[in-house]
Formats: sequence, C-alpha cells, structure tokens
Amino acid sequence: MSDADHDVRTDSPDRSVTTNDSVNKSLLIPLAVFVGLVMILAVGFNLEDPHFLPSELIDQQFPEFSLNELNAPDRIVTHKDIKGQVALVNVWATWCPNCLIEHPELMRISREEGLPLYGINYNDESVKARQWLVRHNNPFQFNIVDDQGKLGIDLGVYGAPETFVLDANGVIRYRHVGPVTRRVWEETLRPVVDLLLSQASQSSTVMEG
Amino acid sequence: MIVELGHFSLILALGLAFSLALLPAVGVYQRQPRLMQMAGSLSAGLFVFLLLSFVCLAYAFWTDDFSVAYVARNSNSALPLQYKMSAIWGAHEGSFLLWTLIMGGWTLAVSIFSRGLTLDMRARVLAILGALTIGFILFLLLTSNPFDRTLPVFPADGADLNPLLQDFGLIVHPPMLYMGYVGMAVPFAFAIATLTTGRLDAAWARWSRPWTNVAWAFLTVGITLGSWWAYYELGWGGWWFWDAVENASFMPWLIGTALIHSLAVTEKRGVFKSWTVLLAIFAFSFSLLGAFIVRSGVLTSVHAFAVDPERGMFILAFLVVVIGGSLLLYAIKVSGIKSEAGFDWTSRETMVLVNNLLLVTATGAVLLGTLYPLIYEALTDGKKISVGPPYFNAVFVPLMLLLFAAMAVSPTSRWKKTPIAFFTQQWRPMLASVLIVGALVFFLGSSFSGVVVLVDAMALWIVINLVRDFSSKVANKVQKIPSLFRQSMSYYGMLLGHVGIAVAVIGVCTTVYYTQEKDLRMAPGDVVNLAGYEFRFNEMRKVKGPNYIADQAEIEVLVDGVRQTVLYPEKRFYEASRNVMTEADIDPSLFRDLYVALGEPIGGDAWAVRVHYKPFVRWIWFGGLLIALGGFTTILDRRYRAVKQARQTSVVSSSGSNSASSAAI
Amino acid sequence: MKYIAVIFLLLALGTSGAASAAIDAYPFPSGEQRNQYNGLIAELRCPQCLNTNIAGSDAMIARDLRREVHRLVLDGQSDTQIREFMLARYGDFILYKPQLKAGTIVLWFGPLAFLLIAMAVIYRMVRRRKLQVAVLNDDDQARLQRMLSK
Repeated sequence: MSDADHDVRTDSPDRSVTTNDSVNKSLLIPLAVFVGLVMILAVGFNLEDPHFLPSELIDQQFPEFSLNELNAPDRIVTHKDIKGQVALVNVWATWCPNCLIEHPELMRISREEGLPLYGINYNDESVKARQWLVRHNNPFQFNIVDDQGKLGIDLGVYGAPETFVLDANGVIRYRHVGPVTRRVWEETLRPVVDLLLSQASQSSTVMEG
Repeated sequence: MIVELGHFSLILALGLAFSLALLPAVGVYQRQPRLMQMAGSLSAGLFVFLLLSFVCLAYAFWTDDFSVAYVARNSNSALPLQYKMSAIWGAHEGSFLLWTLIMGGWTLAVSIFSRGLTLDMRARVLAILGALTIGFILFLLLTSNPFDRTLPVFPADGADLNPLLQDFGLIVHPPMLYMGYVGMAVPFAFAIATLTTGRLDAAWARWSRPWTNVAWAFLTVGITLGSWWAYYELGWGGWWFWDAVENASFMPWLIGTALIHSLAVTEKRGVFKSWTVLLAIFAFSFSLLGAFIVRSGVLTSVHAFAVDPERGMFILAFLVVVIGGSLLLYAIKVSGIKSEAGFDWTSRETMVLVNNLLLVTATGAVLLGTLYPLIYEALTDGKKISVGPPYFNAVFVPLMLLLFAAMAVSPTSRWKKTPIAFFTQQWRPMLASVLIVGALVFFLGSSFSGVVVLVDAMALWIVINLVRDFSSKVANKVQKIPSLFRQSMSYYGMLLGHVGIAVAVIGVCTTVYYTQEKDLRMAPGDVVNLAGYEFRFNEMRKVKGPNYIADQAEIEVLVDGVRQTVLYPEKRFYEASRNVMTEADIDPSLFRDLYVALGEPIGGDAWAVRVHYKPFVRWIWFGGLLIALGGFTTILDRRYRAVKQARQTSVVSSSGSNSASSAAI
Repeated sequence: MKYIAVIFLLLALGTSGAASAAIDAYPFPSGEQRNQYNGLIAELRCPQCLNTNIAGSDAMIARDLRREVHRLVLDGQSDTQIREFMLARYGDFILYKPQLKAGTIVLWFGPLAFLLIAMAVIYRMVRRRKLQVAVLNDDDQARLQRMLSK
C-alpha cells in the first residue's frame, strides 16, 4: 500500500516502513477469533432450550425411599414396590397447572398402553391431592406422598410435571420434563418403552430357556 | 393514528439513514463537497424522525393505548406515570427504539461538534454511523416493531410492568447504559473512517478521545447504577453477580478503559496506532455482542429480554457483517504500517501496555466464562455446566490486583523513560500507606484482615502519588490559585478517574470482608444485635400502595439505647401481575449501610427477617460516579474549545488544503 | 424449544413470585456451620431459575435445596460431600464453580495462558523497538558522517 508512505510526513516523531507482505498474517488473528466466536454463538441456537436440564439418574437404580401412600395413609411404600416391570413414574402436584393439562393423556396411557403408572405427589397437601384425583380421575396404581420434596430431590426433579421411564429392573432409563401430551408419548416415550419391553421379554426368554 | 405516525416516522428515518450512509460516501469518493456537506443535515433529519417515532410510542404509553401490543404487555392503567414512561424501555422492542434514538443522538452530536474535522473525514464518520443506524432500524422494523397492534381484539387493561422494574432504577439505568453502549460506535466510526483513508495517522486519536471518554463515562454511570439498583431491589444485599447480562455491559467497559488509555498514547506519542484502531473496533464489537447476549435468548439470565431466536439471528448476522467487515478491513489496511518511536521499560508507554494487557486478558476471561456453558454443551453433546461468581472472582480479581498495583506508579510515570529514582522512592508512600491503613483496620475494624489492609493500602498509595503529583504541579507556581486553573481539565479528569477507582476498590474489598448478616426468626417485640447495632422489631402493619398491598414491618435501630433510625421493610403483593416481592429498607450512610428485608411469615406473628451490616458499600458506587465524572471532565479541556479559534483562523488563512486545518488543531 | 420456555414461565408463576429474597430463619449451633451454610447456598445454582443461586431464589426447589443443605451441614458433612450430594442429583449445572476436569481445563487455564502469551508478545515488541531505535541511530550516525564528509 503506497499510501502508507504518507505517514512519514504527517506524523511527528516516527517513520513508517512498508513491508512487501500483502497482508500480515498475524493481523488476521482477530478476524479468526471473531469467526470462532460467531460459530460458538450460532451453535447456541441449535442447542436444547437453556432451561432444560438432562437427568443425572439415567441408567441408575430408582432412589430408595420409604414413604406413605396417598390413598392408604397407613401403608408404607418403598422403591421395591415399583420394581418388576417396565413402568412410568409421574411427578405431579395440585398446584401445578401443566399436571392438569397432561392428565387426560396419563389417563389414556394407563387405560390403553398397558403399563403401570405410579405417581409421586410432590410438595403437596394430601387432602387436596386426594380430592384432585377424585375430581379428575386416577390413572395411578398408587401415589407416593412426597410432601417434603425429598424424593424429588433424590430424583433430581426441578419442577413438576416430570415423568420417568423405568425398566423391568427398576433402573431409570429416561426422564421427560414437562407435560406428557399425545405427541410426547408417540414421539418420545413410546419408543423407549417399546425398547425396554422388548429387552425385558428377551431376557425373560433367556431365563426360561 | 399517532401510533401509525410513529411507525411511519421510523420508516422515514430508515430512508434518511440510507441517504446518510450513501450520499456523503459518494461525495468522498467523487470528491464532491456538496454531497459531503449533506451529512450534517441528513444527520439532523435522521435524529428528528427517530425522536418523533419515540415520542409517538411515549404517547401510546401516556394515553394507555392497549391496542398497541407492546403497551399492553408492559403497562397498566394503575401504573404510576413515571413508570408508564420508563416502561417504554422496559422490554425489548421499546428499549431497542431507545437504543436507536440514542444512536441518532450521537450521530447528530458528531455532526455538530466536529467542525474541526476535515470535510472528508466528517463525511466518512457520519456515513459509517448512518450505515450502522440502517441495521438498527431494520432490526426494529423487521423483527421488533414496538408499534404492532393487537387489533382486532385488544385487552381492557395491560399486563403491568414487572414489579421489579417499577423503580427509579429503571428510569435511569438503561438510558445511561445505552448512551455508553451506543457511544462506542463513535470511536468505532472514527477508526473505520481512518482505515478507509488508508492513512493511519495519529489525528484520528485526537478526534476520537473526547467522544470515547464521554461514551465510556456514560457506560460507567450505567453500570454503577445497575449495581446500586440490584443492591437495594433484589433483597439479598448483593451488588454484582457476574450474570451474562451484567458481563455484557462490563466487557465493553473493560475494553473501553483500555481504549481511553491507548488513545492517549497514540495521540501524544504516535505509537500503538494500529492497536488502538483494533481496540476501538473491539469496544463497539462488545457493545453489539452485549446486545446479542441480552436479546437472543442464547444465554440464560434474569435480566434477559424475552427469548426469540429470530432476533438473535438478525443481530448475529449484523455482527458478522459489521465486525467481520471491520476486522477484514483492519487486516488489509494496516499491513505494512509500523511506527518506530522507541520507549524504555520504565516509560508510561509500557505502563499503558501493561494496562491494556491486563484489561484485555480480563475481558477475555469474562467472555470465556460467560460463553463457556454454551461451548461445553456443544462439545459434550448436551451436557450442562454452570460458570458463576466463584470462577469469575477467581480469575478476575488477581488480574485487577496486578492492575491496581501498577496504577500506583503509572499515572505519574513519564513518557519514553521514567528515572529509576522515581521507582526506588516508592518505598516511602508504600510504607506510609500500609502503616496508616494497618492502624485504621486494627483499631476500627471488627477483625483484622490482611487482605483488606493490603488492598486498601494500595488504594491509599495510589491516592498519595496522585496528590503528590498534583501538589508538585501547583507548588512550583508562585500564584497557587491561578495555577489550579492552568492545569488542563484532562489532567483533573485523570485524577478523578484514578481516585474513583481507588475509592471503588476500597468499597469492594471492605464490604466483602467485613459484611455481617443474620437471617432469623423475629416476632414483634424481638431484638437482634449486629455489629454494635440493636434492631428492634416493633410491629407489623398492612399498607396500601398505588398498585399493591403490603405487609410492612417497623424495625427500630438503636445504638446504646439511642434511636438511630427506623426501617420499614415490606412484603408487597402486586394485584395486576399477582407477583409477590420483598422491598428491603436501607439506612444508608457514607461508612455503612444497615439493610433489613422480610422473608416469609413463619407461624404466629413471626417473620423470617434478614439483617445486614455492610460497611463502605456506598464507596463502590461513589467511586463509580467519580470515575465517570473524571471521564466527563476531560471534554472540558480547552484544546477542544480551541477548535472554534482554529476554524476561524483556517477560514481566514484558507489555504484550500484540508490537511492544513486539521494540523492547526 | 419455545414450548418448554412457556412451561417454565407457568411453573414459575405456580411456585412463587419474581426474584424475591429467600430468607429462612435456620438455627445453627455454631458460627462456622452458619458460614459453611451461607457459603454453600451462594455456590449452588437454583435448577429451575434463570441464573440465581439457591440463596437468592424464592422458588420451591431452591427452598427445598436450602433445607437439604441445612440438614447436611448440621449432620457434619463437609463442603465436598455436600457438593457430591448435589452433583449426583443435578449434575455439573448445579455448581457455580466448575469442577476442574478435562472439559474445563481451557476454562480454568485459558486466561493465564493468554496472559503469558500476550506478555511474551509484548516483551518481544518492546525489545524490538529499543533495538530498532538503536539501529536507526546507527543509520543516522552513518548518514551524518557522510553528510559531514561532503
């Protein structure tokens, strides 16, 4: 750039030197860093919702617990009571509006899909919960009273509703956060359940054989 | 009708922005003075239509026009008037209209106050500002139109402004912040304009300095106000959380600080020319990046505006064009330019390099920490990680301590070479500082903290050196008072700025180490002691505000049985939005804040109550304001006023050469 | 994506108000335990909120987690153990101080590496200037001699 020579006259103490490189490579570093930055930011658009948190409990045994049952307050249920077959565990509460939204679908699943549904009544009042189930019907085999939210914490729950898919051995294999709609069932939960069911029948044929 | 006028006005402004970007530029390359001169009137026109647009939106808020979607989402008929007005910038669309208006304002200011620039340079700078404004207005019109109607159906009343925003802080914080963010476009425009001429001389630094200092000062005010607002509003006594949005404002500030120092060196010594250009590009880049972070939803934050990826894409595209283009231009035009003024290791030039090094590293660290969750998630295919205050403090504080230590000797070092004696004599003020602060902390502090003594001693050392320098400048004159006025305002600005930092750091360090707090159960009649103060919970009552009802506690503060003050923390319930909020009450004073907030009622008539004793916390914001005052003071310097005289002489002597008038300044 | 954001908005409305102070009146037998508690709740992130620690959030899950931390502190657990408890249930997300592991080396050492590299670049640059000034002076001297000898 011959214009650079003008510097010699207009500036006071220094002189400028022209080099023969057309573009000094090190000057492209800021541009390269910027391109990298843009790529990082662009990636941000394709990521999962920033509010979504993946579960830490995948492929782990369902946490141990020993709590009362909602409709039979004298009875204690434990983690052993939900083991044995592929099942869904749903975390719900009366104060949770989305739980009401997903409820018809849960009813349908318990009627038509042939797998047991267990409920965890999370941070709630049992009296209200029982009334709620009477009003809206009860899809659950039984409900675990987690009025302190401690089981919820052990499960890494951060807001209702959440639904866990358990395999036949009581291991958590999937967690869905948010209401379970028909679409969620068809696209997300059913494939997992089907896979687990086929795995369960395979292992049982092995055992029998 | 008025609303449609506002919308139309915005479209007209777009047309003017296009004209401003194109016509003067054509004038520059075709060497047509008439076209170049149009830049001034085009800037004025652009501002007028942006202002008109803004006023129309304000009118919609004033008249509770809930057929406008933005007004319906952010206002309410019961909202007090001052909040209806500040609700204009309470959410995304309106705040971006404010941003764009401010851009128009800066553009107009540059066109008015740059008579000392060559016609060619002025045309280039204004054209660049106009081009940027095109982008902002397009963003508004295409993705974020504040004038969208909700018709045919519109609500009877609005959704109300978030109660957290119904506060004085909303009235002042965003406008000040935007003045700073957007103001960084001015040194950017100067830098790009200079690059386009192919001549990288030091004149651009001279022209840019006052604009950069003022923009930086506004940004300082904006950040200081934000910190203060968070402190009294959020109810837990914190004043900085390293939240993504806070970082978004802090990064341009850090780069801005590096820039103002680098500009000084480039103007006075003609060195670092290309580095300073790069810094100017960075400063505005971080402003744009800040806008992206806040408005795209890519990062989570309590402050972030509503999530919308479409908007994020637009801003990202804008970023790519503007910043990518600038950096490419930089790489091409700067090649082969090297200045060779030498300087010693002990020189002020080296000090500024150290300043720049530490500030740029700090900015990089903040950027890394802010974006890391995103990077991590992308690289690990979905795993989430958090980066919060523990990381930022661990990385940022050591860098700043180094800078703080360098600040003791830098402002008073000499260009080219500072005598070694200057450094060896430093043991005196160092020792004095440590002894004085050590004694103060020992006798007055509740406990002895070595860190506090060290940091506060450094602050005192900085101030001692500045005072010594000032008094030596004044002492050599026979007549003391007139000599006070003979120091340049830039010098006083420098003094204020550095003293401000010392004051702010004293505030930060002392409050972090000596804060005392208690969370406890209190019922009427209970008393709690903290830091020598007695807090007595007298009674609980219900009060009614303009758009809320509240439980208010009366808490009396006594020292040795003597009443100092009474505090009234509240738990408010806002009817329209059905939000519950705690409103802390604070007894502020220069040397300590007493801070009381209510939690939940716990059984009977007892409440959870938080009581804080926060020493020196006001010094943080007081220091921030001093820093800003320093920045504002520099533009009063007489050499910027001398521009008028230069213009007159150049008109008279009229050599016809543009470069002559620029050399006269 | 947007759907989930809406859900969280609804959840937030269902649980509590806006960012209010979270003030519990937990008793502690000793000042150290109180300090341990305060330190931990500042460091743990509320899983449901928009970037707040569990100290600063009124959300139900934050309240429950504070209660757990209180219980664990009174139980005599160390900071590390309590962090492990939280990590096992909520993952890295819940710690505001990222653990040092393979995936965070760049995060923790990046700034230092940058600082050292930049220092080296500056050192070379300043030294080169000093050398160049010396070289020029030699050149100027030679020119001077030539001019004088004419």
